[in-house]
Amino acid sequence: MTPTLTGTKKVVTGNHAVSYGAMLARVQVISAYPITPQTQVVELLSEFCANGTLRAKFIKVESEHSAMAALIGAANAGARTFTATSAHGLALMHEMLHWAAGARLPIVMADINRAMGPPWSVWTDQNDSLSQRDTGWMQVYCESNQEVLDTVIHAYKVAERVLMPAMLVLDAFVLSHTAEQIEIPDQALVDQYLPPYQPIYKLDVNDPHSFGALAPPDVYMELRYKMHTAMEDSLAEWARADEEYYGLFGRRYGLIEPYRTDDATLILVTSGTVTSTAREVIDELRAEGHRVGLLKIRVFRPFPAQLVREALANAQKVAVIDRNISFGMGGIFAQEIKSTLYNAPDRPPIFGFVAGLGGRDITPKVIKEIIEYTESHDEPEDLIWVGVKR
Amino acid sequence: MRNFTLPSEELMGSGHLGCQGCGGALAMRYALKAAGENTIVVIPACCWTIIAGPFPYSSLKVPVLHTAFETAAVAAAGVRAALDIQGNTETTVLAWAGDGGTFDIGLQALSGAAERNENIIYICYDNEAYMNTGIQRSGATPYLAWTTTTPEKTPKTEPKKDIMAIMVAHRIPYAATATIAYPDDFIRKVQKAKSIYGTKFLHVLAPCPPGWKAPSELAITLSRLAVQTRVFPLYEVEDGERYILNRPKEETALPVSEYLKLQGRFSHLTEQEIQEIQKIIDTRWQRLLRLVSESS
Repeated sequence: MTPTLTGTKKVVTGNHAVSYGAMLARVQVISAYPITPQTQVVELLSEFCANGTLRAKFIKVESEHSAMAALIGAANAGARTFTATSAHGLALMHEMLHWAAGARLPIVMADINRAMGPPWSVWTDQNDSLSQRDTGWMQVYCESNQEVLDTVIHAYKVAERVLMPAMLVLDAFVLSHTAEQIEIPDQALVDQYLPPYQPIYKLDVNDPHSFGALAPPDVYMELRYKMHTAMEDSLAEWARADEEYYGLFGRRYGLIEPYRTDDATLILVTSGTVTSTAREVIDELRAEGHRVGLLKIRVFRPFPAQLVREALANAQKVAVIDRNISFGMGGIFAQEIKSTLYNAPDRPPIFGFVAGLGGRDITPKVIKEIIEYTESHDEPEDLIWVGVKR
Repeated sequence: MRNFTLPSEELMGSGHLGCQGCGGALAMRYALKAAGENTIVVIPACCWTIIAGPFPYSSLKVPVLHTAFETAAVAAAGVRAALDIQGNTETTVLAWAGDGGTFDIGLQALSGAAERNENIIYICYDNEAYMNTGIQRSGATPYLAWTTTTPEKTPKTEPKKDIMAIMVAHRIPYAATATIAYPDDFIRKVQKAKSIYGTKFLHVLAPCPPGWKAPSELAITLSRLAVQTRVFPLYEVEDGERYILNRPKEETALPVSEYLKLQGRFSHLTEQEIQEIQKIIDTRWQRLLRLVSESS
């Protein structure tokens, strides 16, 4: 299929890219609470609701916990739903994240990655979203504002097919408050891509059902099994959604994105905006003769284990950059990748680097240091702190 | 009462899992008779999580959304928003929560919903403690009552939170008290709530025989005594302003001891303590009369 480029070019921040995505997805119920750096997402959506650009109910709740609870009610009653939050807001939602997933509701949320306090920080790192890893939410880490907008629309497509909620994740300030030129897709084409949400089950007085009633041990485990298989099935759905989108809009991202990995002896693994910086560094080092490549992890839940195994199969060394820390263990992406490769026939040594916590810049220099360290050491190390003042 | 006909419609089935004499079960039966079949019920963690029945059963013939403890009001608001945007403004959304889910953990979400004047009916069936988890004190537990976390040697030393005053302070269009001993009054209030746009709040006293340590056959008697002793007067407040007293009408009330003596949770009280409670009841009654007369 020949990609069709349509839509209008606009210079927008990452936050507003989220708002445009939600608008184009024709969300019906929005519920949100202000938190920096997310707030602009829902400010623009408020405008869209007020000026009639978007026909939706916006419930301006008194907490993030209530934001998610409102969407759980709304999604159970058959509406397409949206919210956005950051850090402490996401942490406050935690109970309801489990509820949304357990109830199999295709709620979509944007989390603007922000470091957790104390001490207070408004800058980016991934500990907020990764702390929600096991709630049953799909998680997609975005690299650019265009990817942010497109991923909102992908997320509804996949979430409504597999009936699991989806969270797209973008770095605070580096994306949220940075303006880039993006293409705002044509609404008619988005409508063609994403038809209205038609739930199989919903709260309906003409067909009354009970949702979320007590489940004895003889059924509970089967429901959890179904959640897991839905997550596994969603791997193919993310790929399909990506391809279908490519057919209409000419853009695709993959679940992972290998970059110059074919003959690479060392592969760097990144997520989020660090990827853009790393791509530049890889080009520079390639020009100097280093056989280095890059693997971007975009879809984190479900974890695309097979794709990651294939992408890293021929590497002699792997270096993972984690903008997060699981205290007492190490970087979370590094753990996931080690776990994925453990049963693979050929598994390269894995170096785990923790960098850029609380919004500290991960510059080309930092990335070069990470690569140089990996090149010059033979024995892998689980946790290497980058640039920490001891 | 003579002119009142109880709606024959039964939207609650037999086989529910309430204890014998459960005030909360009877309250739901009456509430649904009034609300009718075009109703969606939202239930947070409370006794009704169990009473409604485990998967795949339901004791209610209307759709039920079970939700987390502190979310009844806001989950109901979410259901309302979804129905509205889909063009269904007719279905009643009824949040149905216990006293823990209303007075304590759910108060924030309830306050938020009331402040936004969400178009829902919120009914708190108040059995005056965390009965489902085994009778722990809540903000709704009365002064000096025994619970498993306020043992007889150190009974609850704080008065019951005045949830009606809190809701009235939100200036919601309708707030009312009710109890299962007066089904005509209860049903009329739910019907009235249904006819009003915005947040409607009903505070329903729902005796819990195991938690109150009272015989199950006394559930309705206790509900009636609560009104007759002025422990739980029946009244309505419109728009946070107009107070209407329904019961008791009598000039002289029964002494509070008539209500307390039937319940094991008060069996440790001394005569002096009972008199102290009587004084509190009398003061609150005078305040209510003042509010009624000021607004008439």
